[in-house]
Amino acid sequence: MIQLENLTKTYGKGKNVTPALSELNLSIERGEIFGVIGHSGAGKSTLIRCINLLERPTSGRVWIDGVDLTRLSKSALQSRRRKIGMIFQHFNLLSSATVYDNIAFPLRLVKTPEKNVRAKVEELLALVGLEAHARKYPAQLSGGQKQRVGIARALASDPDVLLCDEATSALDPQTTDSILKLLLDINRRFNLTIVLITHEMHVIQSICDRVAVIHQGGIVEKGPVAEVFLKPQHAVTRDFINREYTHAELLDIALDAPHASSSLAVKISFLGDKTYQSILSQTVRQTGVDFAIIQGTISTLKNVPYGQLIVRFEGEEALIRRTIEILTGEGLDVEVIE
Amino acid sequence: MDVGALDFTQVDWTEFGTATKDTLAMLGASALFTLILGLPLGVILFMSARSTSPVVRVVYTVLSVIVNILRSVPFIILIVALLPLTDKLVGTTIGVKGTIPPLVIAAAPFFARLVETALREVDRGVIEAAHAMGASVWQVISRVLIREAMPGLIAGLTVTVVALVSNTAMAGMVGAGGLGTLAINYGYYRYETAVMLVAVVLMVVIVQVLQMIGDRLVIYFSRR
Repeated sequence: MIQLENLTKTYGKGKNVTPALSELNLSIERGEIFGVIGHSGAGKSTLIRCINLLERPTSGRVWIDGVDLTRLSKSALQSRRRKIGMIFQHFNLLSSATVYDNIAFPLRLVKTPEKNVRAKVEELLALVGLEAHARKYPAQLSGGQKQRVGIARALASDPDVLLCDEATSALDPQTTDSILKLLLDINRRFNLTIVLITHEMHVIQSICDRVAVIHQGGIVEKGPVAEVFLKPQHAVTRDFINREYTHAELLDIALDAPHASSSLAVKISFLGDKTYQSILSQTVRQTGVDFAIIQGTISTLKNVPYGQLIVRFEGEEALIRRTIEILTGEGLDVEVIE
Repeated sequence: MDVGALDFTQVDWTEFGTATKDTLAMLGASALFTLILGLPLGVILFMSARSTSPVVRVVYTVLSVIVNILRSVPFIILIVALLPLTDKLVGTTIGVKGTIPPLVIAAAPFFARLVETALREVDRGVIEAAHAMGASVWQVISRVLIREAMPGLIAGLTVTVVALVSNTAMAGMVGAGGLGTLAINYGYYRYETAVMLVAVVLMVVIVQVLQMIGDRLVIYFSRR
């Protein structure tokens, strides 16, 4: 549905040119939740602003439903933007307008009759759970409530795409989860395509179908979240995952601890239903290898369970190799660490 | 002249009534035209300062210089310099009518700067959000900028109108009429201190009332 083609954006002129995006290509499918993760300064903010041309790319094309936005006239772009909702890290609500008027804003831009405005706003207030706050001003709301207003406002003109610019970065963990749940709900209910940028792997893990990792203005890795998450290829991706999910220094201590001379430390990844099956214990019983658990996580990716165990197998080398073969044959991913 | 002795029999209250009316008429008319000219000028200054187009930047620089020149010329000199223009515009250079053009030409650039400053205070994120929702430039100005900056704009207008009060008095030097003329003609030239005092007190009252209304409005529009 969205194709970014050779997108390049530079700031400044002459000697002071700073590249923000260089020759970036990305394709986003209808109805998916696509996450872009990157450190600050990686270009993710520029990337999402290029999708609705808040930032005009220096070169390259932005296709949405087969229409190249970069070639649209000013007024055609304005009317296309009405079908692209956007929410922001700092919410960007009108401080001088009530919750009701904020949500009504995009509808009134196109002179919607007040009767229809009322119906739509009330429907949206119910959707985001703010019926009781219609007459309040943004300053009277909590961060999470403000973002709910932002979401309701973005949905007011029935968009087909929702862009989320660090939408949960200013929120506490519980509020972040409730906002992510709301986004997932909206995605399913309206089959709305969602593009979100974040620096938190947790956000990607919770709701995204696919993810792209952006680094120095280019995409260094992309794919289904489970694939990227369980088998990160690029150093930046690993860094993001390790930072939040493993404790590298603890792992080093554990690996250095005294252990049998014939042993092998491996990382086993489980995905889907296999996470909850007794594959590991069945296998070691069969091969007679012992194992010690060094580190482990069990969690979900969106709603798919996954587990990751770092274990040290102890026993004859041939038997350990046999154990790994069986595990791999059962569909688990096994990576030898040392 | 005995400054200490105030003879209030010198005060002609009917004359004061007319003078107060004249002053308020000058204020009202010049405030209205200052708003009509200064607000768009301030918006243009704000919008052009942010533009990336070199042509628009030149427009900004030119406007900015004109505004600065008009603001730096002392008002009394501006009145005299504008005499021919005033005559052309309103057909006279004295009285209430003859004072309004110089008052507006002095106050509008001043107000425009205050408008520009107030608009700069508007959160850029909100402007960006409006663009993202497909708002046109005009819709961004009318529904976001002006609306969000309303308290600042009213505070700016209050400051401008108060400055206009003192300028109407100064215009009294050159036959504008109103309280300023009374204060100068009687109080200054004829040493009728009581008349000057009454005129000054009346102007203080006008300023107080204006400031109070302005402050109330600012609070009303700051409900956020």
